[in-house]
Amino acid sequence: MSGKRFAIAVALVSAVALGACGDNKEASPNDKISGATCSDLSGDLGSGNDVGIISLSPTATEMLYAIGAGDQVIAVDNMSNFPESAGGADSKLSGFEPNVEAIAGMNPDVVLITYDPGDLVTQLQNLGIDTWTGPAAMSIDDSYQQLTELGDLTGHETGAAKVVDCMKAEIESITATAQQAAVGREDLTYYFELDDTYYSITSNTFIGQLLKPLGLSSIADSVQEGNDWPQLNIETIVSSDPDVIFLADSKCCAQDAATVASRPGWSEMTAVLNSDIVALDDDIASRWGPRVVDLVAAVGNAVASVGK
Amino acid sequence: MKFNGSLKQHWRLPVAVLAMIVAFVIGVSIGPAGPSAWRVPLELINRLPLISLHSGVSGAEWNLIWQIRMPRVVLAGLVGAMLSTAGAAYQGVFRNPLIDPYLLGVAAGAGLGATFIFTVNRAGTSSWIVDPLPLTAFAGGLAAVALTYLVGAAFGVNRSSTTLVLAGVAVTSLTTAVQTFVLQRNTDVVRQVYSWILGRLSSATWSDVRLVIPYVALSLTALLLHRRLLDVLRVGDDEARALGVNVERVRLAVVLAATLGTAAVVAVSGLIGFVGIIVPHAVRMVAGSSYRLVLPLSLVTGAAFLILADIPGRVLDKPAETPIGVVTAFLGAPFFLLILRTRKVSE
Repeated sequence: MSGKRFAIAVALVSAVALGACGDNKEASPNDKISGATCSDLSGDLGSGNDVGIISLSPTATEMLYAIGAGDQVIAVDNMSNFPESAGGADSKLSGFEPNVEAIAGMNPDVVLITYDPGDLVTQLQNLGIDTWTGPAAMSIDDSYQQLTELGDLTGHETGAAKVVDCMKAEIESITATAQQAAVGREDLTYYFELDDTYYSITSNTFIGQLLKPLGLSSIADSVQEGNDWPQLNIETIVSSDPDVIFLADSKCCAQDAATVASRPGWSEMTAVLNSDIVALDDDIASRWGPRVVDLVAAVGNAVASVGK
Repeated sequence: MKFNGSLKQHWRLPVAVLAMIVAFVIGVSIGPAGPSAWRVPLELINRLPLISLHSGVSGAEWNLIWQIRMPRVVLAGLVGAMLSTAGAAYQGVFRNPLIDPYLLGVAAGAGLGATFIFTVNRAGTSSWIVDPLPLTAFAGGLAAVALTYLVGAAFGVNRSSTTLVLAGVAVTSLTTAVQTFVLQRNTDVVRQVYSWILGRLSSATWSDVRLVIPYVALSLTALLLHRRLLDVLRVGDDEARALGVNVERVRLAVVLAATLGTAAVVAVSGLIGFVGIIVPHAVRMVAGSSYRLVLPLSLVTGAAFLILADIPGRVLDKPAETPIGVVTAFLGAPFFLLILRTRKVSE
């Protein structure tokens, strides 16, 4: 390992407090970070109040547990698989088709949702139950805003502030380290794969905005304006020859560096030849909670070692 | 049909075959990336044995065309040929011009089969030697049509083909309901299933082509062998029986063959609407209603049509894709209304 590379690795390790070094690309770096950093802070997170909560939003669930409001959670929806103690795996509640009677039967004070799939808000209101809506974040500031609101809601203002500060500090630090590592390579391009039918993202999306400061731009950026989650043509992906490939379909569609390399026509791509293929955790890559830091860390690792 | 008449019609098939070849060359030449379109035909000629021609297409560009674009064009051709011929055959066997190949439940059954694979454990199947997704979709499609046939037979399919069509409608509703229920309980796979249903020509590979070719070849051969009998069925079940045709056996054979091929193409390409209706009707407008000509012409024209219809999908919105199901329905719906209006439908 060269001196420069070692310095990068040390910097990244200190930045994200993980024990993996920067060139471990295939072993999904975020596996090693998740559960640490900003989603599992200790110390005084506030005493909380007696507001009982049902969360139908996996992101809100992650936020609640991170700010220390986990013991106020009565139930979560079946997609809330993090942290494991939230119990989403055994849940019968669905955020897509919420059963109002089942929810009301648990006597919550507030129900957290990402959107109103019908008349849920009105129906719950008629039963005297409040709702809080935290829609998909369009920028990282939306995430901070939602964390702060949940802090106010649960009496964990201190916890929320700590998580927000932690996220800001970590993202800034990782970005700085990666930028330093990629000096002279500010024109890196990436292909971000959402599923194995080649749906992708542009730099305008929430994730695209997180990746931009790391010197990365999406190969999908030339699509028509407004089509920020386009299905890309394979010919375009291959001929765009991105520097890095991010796989946000490692769980859903079982994609990894090997499956990508074996796709017809892909084997000569730069990212494939250099093994710059990063398998991300689908859940982390589709939520806007505290684990966004883990996503940025994984991307930072990739940027630091592109082409090396 | 008189001998004279059929002789006069003979020029149409070679013209259609020529159109299909032209469509293939255009389809392979136009794309969002790769070499200039005019270089590709030259390179195709260069690749023929004994001919050497400088086309200026680099190895990497040819790789792109051969590995990515060509299988997509070939698959579009196979799917178009299969859906159009199956559509024409179904319309003949049920004497109903509005029937499409999905009517007896193939599509809904295949959709349920695919949904099943996505919900059980899609990640776990990645290490399998054979991808179970198209196989399950195929099995689902066949199972749904088998159910349609059983239900239809229980209520007297031998007397009326309408019973079978109604049974198909019922089985389709039932299968779709089950699929919706399964999806509701597994909301995490909704997008994958939706994306599968919208059509997957965009991710076609040679292995998809290899997978469907045996079924499509078998199905098309069987259907073409029945083209004369389909002409006899046009006069009505009782009259056909009086002419010595075993109506039930012919109907079963045609439905079985058409279903086999349709299930195979649906399994790899998802749902591509309207091809099975518009192509046979367009063919009838030009060539009359004898199945001796309608079936082979539908085959060739269907292939050409879908190859051409796939081109807007990859270049209109480049580098993004427009699903082919959307393009064919967009072209198909107005055309369908036109057919209804002009009433040129011959049966």
